[in-house]
This record gives sequence, structure tokens and C-alpha cells, in this order.
Amino acid sequence: MKAAVIVFPGSNCDRDLAVAFEAAGADVQMVWHKDTDLPRDVDIVGVPGGFSFGDYLRCGAIAANSPICHSLKAHTDRGGYAIGICNGFQVLAETGILPGALLRNAGLKYICKTVGLKVETSDSAFTQGYNAGDVINIPIAHHDGNYYADDATIAGLQDQDRIAFTYTDNPNGARADIAGILSENRRVLGMMPHPERAADAGHGGTDGTALFRALMGALAPA
Amino acid sequence: MKARVHVMLKNGVLDPQGEAVRHALGALGFEGVNGVRQGKVIELDLAEGATEADVTAMCEKLLANTVIESYSVELG
Repeated sequence: MKAAVIVFPGSNCDRDLAVAFEAAGADVQMVWHKDTDLPRDVDIVGVPGGFSFGDYLRCGAIAANSPICHSLKAHTDRGGYAIGICNGFQVLAETGILPGALLRNAGLKYICKTVGLKVETSDSAFTQGYNAGDVINIPIAHHDGNYYADDATIAGLQDQDRIAFTYTDNPNGARADIAGILSENRRVLGMMPHPERAADAGHGGTDGTALFRALMGALAPA
Repeated sequence: MKARVHVMLKNGVLDPQGEAVRHALGALGFEGVNGVRQGKVIELDLAEGATEADVTAMCEKLLANTVIESYSVELG
């Protein structure tokens, strides 16, 4: 599996994500936001957490208009895989690759803690290593993780089984307790929690490992 | 030419910052503040010949996220 991790000014989970991909057996290339092209034959693009462009204007808004994001959009339009974590989810929402937006946390506080996530669907390359209904423990670290979409969009996500993860105890006011969603073709995942921070015994938890291993299983050449 | 863009969260989208300001006003003894909505103002200094349509395009593409925000443009 060939993975690319995009690096924006202000990204701070880019190397963590690369390490998690590598631990699952992927070849990883870092890609600078000013690059116009993704590496050839890339299987999955990771959009990491952090504070791209200082969260100026809106979280992810400036990053979403970086040169590399045009290639990212073309990649996902072609049916390519991508995962956006935390700020990466905000970027995917700002590009329109995933629906909805991430608002300021309802309690106004930046929250950094491990939370319970319910796996809502195992029907994706990202979540097939879990069983629907499993509860896993993954850290969150965000100020703007309050998922918002209009009623019709939320209903569509539910009807199409595109909610990947929900919070067992909603920390940020997200509609329908949504922590992560899939694209219509199920090949793009955006999530606020950080599976790459629960992917090594040294992290204090390894519940994120199954996500990267499942991806590897789905995307490795047969 | 100057343009001023007002960006607000849409009605119906919870504005926790506005709510916090409302509570703070109440705590200071200002009664009767039934609601506070907080937005932002973006001032643009534009070359001559820019049109309202140009500014609208900027709003649609970058300055506002129309999933959650509405905007209005004032020219001059």
C-alpha cells in the first residue's frame, strides 16, 4: 500500500499518521501543500491533524484551497481513498469532499482526552477490522469538532450507513453524536478522533491499530 | 474601492460563542438580552473596477462556508 501524507504549515499529526501507516506496512511519502501532484500510484492520502494555517478564517479553509488539495479532490473524484483526521476532517469538509462542517465545540473548550467511540458500520475499508457496535477508546484533541449538517444531510448519512463512528458520550455537541463519516462511495473517511494516537502500546491504547491494518488488508496488492 | 463582508452563522446553527457572550452580559447585570449572535467582518481593499459579483465569488469560494454561514456584501 502506498500512502501519502499531506503536510500543511501548522500540521502537527503528520508524522504520527505516517508512523501509523508504516506500522501497518505501508510505504509513506510526505507531500508538501504547495506540491501540485500526489505521488504516482498512491493508494491512500492522509490529511493529518493540526492547525493548518493557524486555523485562520475557519479551521481548514485556507488549507482546502492549497494547490495539493486540487489533486486530492481529483484523486477522490477518481475513486481514490483518503482519510482526514481532526484538522484533516475539517479540510475534507471545507473542500466539499465530505458533507457538513465542524463548528466550535458546544462547551467552547478545547478538549483533549480519550473518548469512547461506537463503531456504527464495519462496511468500509477503514472499519472492517471492527464489528458494528464495538466500542473503542480513541483520543480527541480539538476545539472545533462539533459536527454540523442540515437535517436532510444527516438523514442521508444515516440512511446510507455512512456514519462510521459516534461518540458514546458526546463531548462537543456534534449532531447525531457523529465522530466520523464516510463519503458516498465509502472510500473517504473523516473523523475528529485520532486513531494514529492509539496505534502503539506506548500510546496507552491500541484501539486505532485495527483501522490501519484493515486499510492495509483492503489496499495491499493481492 | 472598499468592500465590507459580514459573515454570520446561519439561523438555526448553534452559536456557542454568542451564547457565552449573552451569559456574560447577564452576569454583568445587563438584563433583557434575549440573544447574541457573533459573526465577523472582513474588509477588502479592491482595485478599481471590481464588482459586487467578484466579491460574491470570493465569499462563495473562501470567505464564507455556506454550509453553516451566510454573508452579505457592502460596497463603498
